[in-house]
Amino acid sequence: MKIILNGEPAEVASSTLAAALVELGYGEGPFATALNHDFVPAPERCETPLSEGDAIEVIAPMQGG
Amino acid sequence: MRIYDETFTSRLMLGTARYPSPQILKDAIVASGAEIVTVSLRREAAGERAGQRFWDLIRDTGVKVLPNTAGCHSVREAVTTAEMAREVFGTRWIKLEVIGDADTLQPDLFGLVEATRILSNDGFQVLAYTTEDLVAADRLVEAGCRVLMPWGSPIGSARGLNNVYGLRAMRARFPELTLIVDAGMGVPSHASTAMELGYDGVLLSSAVALAGDPVRMARAFRLSVEAGRLGFTADPLQPRDFAEPSTPVLGQALLGDTVFA
Repeated sequence: MKIILNGEPAEVASSTLAAALVELGYGEGPFATALNHDFVPAPERCETPLSEGDAIEVIAPMQGG
Repeated sequence: MRIYDETFTSRLMLGTARYPSPQILKDAIVASGAEIVTVSLRREAAGERAGQRFWDLIRDTGVKVLPNTAGCHSVREAVTTAEMAREVFGTRWIKLEVIGDADTLQPDLFGLVEATRILSNDGFQVLAYTTEDLVAADRLVEAGCRVLMPWGSPIGSARGLNNVYGLRAMRARFPELTLIVDAGMGVPSHASTAMELGYDGVLLSSAVALAGDPVRMARAFRLSVEAGRLGFTADPLQPRDFAEPSTPVLGQALLGDTVFA
């Protein structure tokens, strides 16, 4: 299934957000996720289904002012 | 300095971006004496681990983190970023920025009030990056904000306090509220001036990070914030239009022809 990951085209076989993150190579590190511009809390990722064309955002800590 | 239900000794909050190296960032945090640093969130590629490394570095310093919504230009973006920051950093604090102008990075006060209401109702403790506009400040307080952070001047401009009159008026309007000057600092005297106006604290980033010697500048700002606060609490002498001799004139010998009445 074709999706958009952090603004770039990607392809996954997984049907849930949690599984897709593992498939894409995201580990246990500190990050948060959004699906189609809505925040998806970590506990809900395994129950969040993915559809063709979904936009996933994965963001992590970085320096800020 | 009080931030919602917590009290801090240091009145200087420090940004963590644009330092020459992670070690210099760490040393600058220590030199500044800051107990709170600002952090952000950005996209991370799989396997990159940059976020984990940065987060480990910050946790090593033992300071509290204040996540921001920098770069957000809409209420929706800012609210979603705040929700993600709460999960990643495990804090209810959010330095709420809703930017309204690309050139000045001036906050969109209308969006800021709306986002503050949404986030306050959702349990966030909002620190609002705002201007010295008193009407907007009233609305932010009504929306649940208890820490207002008016700009000194545009972010990264190093121009200091553009509107001392406005900042003084805001202090007078909200004597009980925590007020922190955020943005626009260039040199330590800018921070001292903010503190002498009675502000509770100062938040700065580029003034330290982009200085030739960030660690030295961090210490300079630490001292200036302390000096400004001490001066404010010491009941300063008020300006006057004419001179007043500091040396007593009583008993002065008459050695010339001129006598002032």
